[in-house]
Amino acid sequence: MIQINVNGKLRQVDVSPDTPLLWVLRDSLGLTGTKYGCGQALCGVCTVHVDGAPLRACATPVSAVAGRKITTIETADQSRVGKAVQEAWRTLDVVQCGYCQSGQIMNAVALLGRNRKPSDADIDNAMSGALCRCATYVRIRAAIHLAAKSLA
Amino acid sequence: MPNRNIENASRRNFLQGAAGLTLGFYLPAIAAPAAAGKAAPSATPASADTPTFAPNAFLRVGVDNSVTVIAKHLEMGQGSYTGLATILAEELDADWKTVRVEGAPADATRYNNLFWGPAQGTGGSNAMANSWDQLRQAGATGRAMLVSAAARRWKVPAKEITVREGIVSHPPSKRRLHFGELAEAAASEAVPAKVALKDPKDFRLVGKHAPRKDSVDKTNGRAIFTQDIQLPGMRVAVVAHPPRFGATVRGFDAKAARRVKGVTDVVQIPTGVAVLATDTWSAKKGRDALSVDWDESRAFRLGSEEILARYREMAKLPGLVAHKSGDADQAFAAAASIVKAAYDFPYLAHAAMEPMDCVIQLNAQGCEVWNGEQMHTGDQSQLAGIFGLKPEQVKINMLYAGGSFGRRASTDSDYVVEAAQIVKAIGGTAPVKLVWLREDDMRAGYYRPMFHHALEAALDANGKLTGWRHRLVGQSILAGSPFESMMVKDGIDKVSVEGADNLPYAIPNKLVDLHSPPDIKVPVLWWRSVGSSHTAYATEVFLDLVARSAKKDPVALRLELLAGHPRHAGVLKLAAEKSDWATPLKSGAPGSRRGRGVAVHESFSSYVAQVAEVTVAADGSIKVDRVVCAVDCGIAINPDNIRSQVEGAVGFALSAALHGEITLKDGVVVQGNFDGYQLLRIDEMPKVEVHILPSSERPTGIGEPGVPPLAPAVANAIAAATGKYPTRLPFRAEEFRV
Repeated sequence: MIQINVNGKLRQVDVSPDTPLLWVLRDSLGLTGTKYGCGQALCGVCTVHVDGAPLRACATPVSAVAGRKITTIETADQSRVGKAVQEAWRTLDVVQCGYCQSGQIMNAVALLGRNRKPSDADIDNAMSGALCRCATYVRIRAAIHLAAKSLA
Repeated sequence: MPNRNIENASRRNFLQGAAGLTLGFYLPAIAAPAAAGKAAPSATPASADTPTFAPNAFLRVGVDNSVTVIAKHLEMGQGSYTGLATILAEELDADWKTVRVEGAPADATRYNNLFWGPAQGTGGSNAMANSWDQLRQAGATGRAMLVSAAARRWKVPAKEITVREGIVSHPPSKRRLHFGELAEAAASEAVPAKVALKDPKDFRLVGKHAPRKDSVDKTNGRAIFTQDIQLPGMRVAVVAHPPRFGATVRGFDAKAARRVKGVTDVVQIPTGVAVLATDTWSAKKGRDALSVDWDESRAFRLGSEEILARYREMAKLPGLVAHKSGDADQAFAAAASIVKAAYDFPYLAHAAMEPMDCVIQLNAQGCEVWNGEQMHTGDQSQLAGIFGLKPEQVKINMLYAGGSFGRRASTDSDYVVEAAQIVKAIGGTAPVKLVWLREDDMRAGYYRPMFHHALEAALDANGKLTGWRHRLVGQSILAGSPFESMMVKDGIDKVSVEGADNLPYAIPNKLVDLHSPPDIKVPVLWWRSVGSSHTAYATEVFLDLVARSAKKDPVALRLELLAGHPRHAGVLKLAAEKSDWATPLKSGAPGSRRGRGVAVHESFSSYVAQVAEVTVAADGSIKVDRVVCAVDCGIAINPDNIRSQVEGAVGFALSAALHGEITLKDGVVVQGNFDGYQLLRIDEMPKVEVHILPSSERPTGIGEPGVPPLAPAVANAIAAATGKYPTRLPFRAEEFRV
């Protein structure tokens, strides 16, 4: 049994320690908002926060995050920044297929958590690891600026 | 995807038939489905206690004022759910905030694609085009019945009644009722034989802003994709596929795989060996531990370079004629000068962010499927065959697809069949979720086919274009598929040559011919914009070269040749104007070269022109700074979605132009994940402007038509900057180094 802290709750999971956090969230805990895209930390769709920092859940063994605070898209609206980002995404209708957007949002929330007024270059740096096959990038950029404005 | 060419001739008859089937239904036991939660979405609405007004197959009005639009087309990002609901809600005069959308079940008697005859499915960018009349009719019928019910209750003439945003009013007596208050009464009204549709000038939603219906659930993690389905007792299956196309299983050793905790079964299926487990990670570990002996005696073993060399050889000989007008040979014999070029296009993977997956469960009634469902009727028929069922016993829950770009519209239902074969191999003892890991998805084939194009233009002494020869070499997507009889004529696969055989330019002598090598055994499939994904590049880059050779402005030459094609000319002029085509481009940083390029193309009956501004650095690296797009897709149902689709199409097409390439070595696919098959990233995304040409023509496609002009516009900009046209996709920086 491994104990992890997900979205403010302590959870016991009976999995082998090498199981990536992604599959623990999805298959063991039913938190399917975090998606599988590549399994090798190459696309960013599985991004969650661990102690507030963005982390690729698909390439992180669950044993490495035991005892640390994990936040997923399901509770993104519980922070002021998370709410602002989701609101901006909806105002601008950023999503298309939507599959990568949990990851995009978790990356954007992390960016705005540490930088309330990101430049385009800051956005490029923070977001270039998060792939969107629908290429909603124009609106992702605009929504981050909009969220920053609403938080100012 | 199947396109305008198979439009159903008896569309209007269908509409009447459909109305007769279901109008006037009163369904006291059926209400809106349970709110999205962890429960698996099902095609059967949960039983509930609220009556519902369901005047036809596309609409339910609940006593709680909810308006549910039943969408027959897959939502894979292109905005179909929102667009379909907009059409119906417009004629119903619904309150957009109360409108919700539900995926239709698989039932081609009610939900067929009207451009595909009797088949249900999504593709060819025709969701709006084939649904426009149908859903206007459905909405207007619902509105008329609500109005009759109100007239009866208030004992007033129906013509004194108005409807706006979900409220039915009688202004003379200042009475009003919400839709929900009339739902029960409306259900017993007679279905009107004929209803009046709105004058477009009265539209309140169409052409205005109707926000997406899936934005909330796709930003809080609640949207349910196939990957998210969990059923009691479900097994996750991961499959070992052969390393080369055409190889088969000779034998396998499952001892180590079975020892992995969580693994429940290891079974052979026609496409490989499936490892089933209680969860995804265990299934993957089980497959890693599996040892398979492959019989590669009949495997395909060529590499990309060898295939390309063959194609270039084949291009030296005439192919089957796809288009002939005038006398091209004569024009070339009399030419003052001849311009020639050839272009090469790689295999491309769709690489949707959600890799292919499918859930299937057998039950007493037949079988139930959960899938990002794009080809209902074909999949029903395939599954019925495998399980010995009638097609209607195959119940399909159409979920959101995490992208498709054509991949889920598989002509042979490949991954759906694979899931079914696994269920069959375990005797239907458990529901199965087939999960393709990224590498499985990338290496399974079904690529945009590799193509080689060779073009020649004849010019007279005045530099006038007198002849055009265009030869294409590439695998047929449709040969051997169920679409062959409809879309392959005299050996010409329509989707190989679309965009080339209908070149709009006024050139008196044209010849387009095609080789479709039958011995290249790489599975190929339509990829967003299908034939136009390569034909637009070949024709538009070559025409640009001709313009430069004749010392003519690329926009001016196109306009001169497009006199008989006002919609092409319309978008071209608009893009030129909005991009300040006539004003020289500002120069970039020292050492860099900048250029502007243009392209125009029609696909799926929509017209798009794009002007790209590009900076080429001294090291040859290419940065697209800005793309100005002009679009004519008929009546703009959701202008913001049109902008969104075209922005995304620019990025999708640029991804292919800069990075996209699946290569084979000795028959083995080299790329397996996003390190090898690079996708466009946010720092490479240009600024995009989308201008929509006002139109009163019927709505046409927008999911795909933004793709074709992008790569040629960028290539033409590269040539403007460097003097050299890219002839091989993806672009290679070393070719443009100073």
